[in-house]
Amino acid sequence: MAKFEPVLFARIHKPDSTSLKSYQADGGYSRLKEFLSMAPADVANIVKDAGLRGRGGAGFPTGLKWTFLPKDHPGPIYLAINADESEPGTFNNRYLMELDPHQLIEGIMLACHAIKSNNAYLYLRYEYGRSYRVLDAAVKECYAAGLLGKNILGTGFNLDIVLHRGAGAYICGEETGLIESLEGKRAWPRIKPPFPAIEGLFRKPTIVNNVETLCCVTQILYRGGEWFKSIGVPPDPNNPRDPGSYGPKLYCVSGHVNKPCCVELPLGVTARELIEEHAGGVWKGRKAKAVVPGGISMGFLSDKELDTKLDFAGPGKVGCLGLGTAAVVVVDDQTSMVDVLYNCCRFMSHESCGQCTPCREGTAWMTKILERIRSGNGRLTDLDLLTEVAGSMGIIPGTTICGLSDGAAWPVKNAISKFRGDFEEYIKSGKASVTSAQKLMAVH
Amino acid sequence: MGVLSEEVREHIRGLFPKYPNKRAVTLPALHLVHDTYRAVSKEAIVEIAELLELHPSEVHDTMTFYNFFKDEKNPLGKHRVWFCRSISCALRGGEELFEQVCNKYHVHPGEKSGDGKFTVEFAECLGACEGAPCILVNDECHMDMTVESTSKLIDKL
Repeated sequence: MAKFEPVLFARIHKPDSTSLKSYQADGGYSRLKEFLSMAPADVANIVKDAGLRGRGGAGFPTGLKWTFLPKDHPGPIYLAINADESEPGTFNNRYLMELDPHQLIEGIMLACHAIKSNNAYLYLRYEYGRSYRVLDAAVKECYAAGLLGKNILGTGFNLDIVLHRGAGAYICGEETGLIESLEGKRAWPRIKPPFPAIEGLFRKPTIVNNVETLCCVTQILYRGGEWFKSIGVPPDPNNPRDPGSYGPKLYCVSGHVNKPCCVELPLGVTARELIEEHAGGVWKGRKAKAVVPGGISMGFLSDKELDTKLDFAGPGKVGCLGLGTAAVVVVDDQTSMVDVLYNCCRFMSHESCGQCTPCREGTAWMTKILERIRSGNGRLTDLDLLTEVAGSMGIIPGTTICGLSDGAAWPVKNAISKFRGDFEEYIKSGKASVTSAQKLMAVH
Repeated sequence: MGVLSEEVREHIRGLFPKYPNKRAVTLPALHLVHDTYRAVSKEAIVEIAELLELHPSEVHDTMTFYNFFKDEKNPLGKHRVWFCRSISCALRGGEELFEQVCNKYHVHPGEKSGDGKFTVEFAECLGACEGAPCILVNDECHMDMTVESTSKLIDKL
């Protein structure tokens, strides 16, 4: 197979890749006037027909999401860009913002034209200080060049982009949590419906799209929907509900590998290929015991499942929650899954927003049960207790407002069903592995 | 005359045109005040609320949700150093790095160093997993950190 040439990452290694001048020298914004002169619905249809699915985690078809906006709304309609990238193991949006901000900004312009919005709010996690400074400079360059503001390129299209910094909360990546946070409130996700397309930011129709999704929009407009569909995995003919997994994807690989990296590949690469061919293999000559396929909330692949295709459908076929953010985290065979799962549960307990009781209490109790196990006082019945708690929380059992809870439950369910031996052996041995570093963090 | 300088107030008011209502300026205003004064005091909350035409409890509610903003009882040091403790960093020694640095500088998580120069804290995933373990100094990320390289950064603060 021919080597895949990166598209989203085509410019990131160039010197001065962040400047307007260098973006334009590579053809950026060259057809913007043409696209802004098209009917908004035509732009939206190109994206819809390309089969682009959201890159933020849920994989919802982007063009379809745009069609949920009310027809002939007097406005305002808002675009909120989700740059709150916080799923553990995920850093692809950071690359896109720090190294090629104009690709994103052009995607924002095209999306806003398609959805008839003149106001975009980019919600950026606070921790991405460098991204903020790069984007801020790029947005200012665009205003100075007449690419943002009133009557862009004489097309009559107006657009303002506001950068809005978060304050360190994972829940702000949930689209209605993000909206609440942008409005100046605690980031408690809203009950849906109404979905944001009907009533979102400032109670107006709103589309929330991820950074990588919008970068794909730029590439789809310039290269065409057919190009996009020539990459990735077509729909499963035996599954009428599968929209396929088209296009390039940025995969993050981290954890116990020799060369952690972020690499752009066609959707559908396997976890094994990512580890062996792109991340330099498992470190220290060891083998992989478990692999997170797309951020910790998606659960785990076992060593027998490394040939799973990481497209939108693949991880689900082996019991994971989904592709998520395509953030692959490798755990080597010298590491206990008890310790790994504890880290996941502690994260979710810390980040649960506290609005829904099953999530607030469930994440806390799962963490406490794992603390008991890790202090050497675990019982074998704790494993069934963990599974029971995990099975009772989330959108899937219907007990919470948002999916954080499903993402908190999934690693627990996967770890105990796929690595039960690790847990039983640990409990029977009566050993304790709580480290002094973890005790230090517990008192905070 | 309140606790917020006219300069900070002017900066906050300057953000109003970016949003359809003043409440949306809550987080940007909290950041501004927090950066300037190293804490958001009760008086500052009242003054932010006045500017944004909110009840102080609304500002307080938002502020305390984020676990990010310090109140006057525990103000930040001049700099803030965060250590990632999430999975990709933990697998590569992030937690131990945090402990060793705390011990070396005799600081407790969430508190200031004796000279008030910096506050150390743990953070959840900083999104720099290719350079695990990573730390954030104020809002600038540093990757592939060791006790030595972290100490060098801290000593230069």
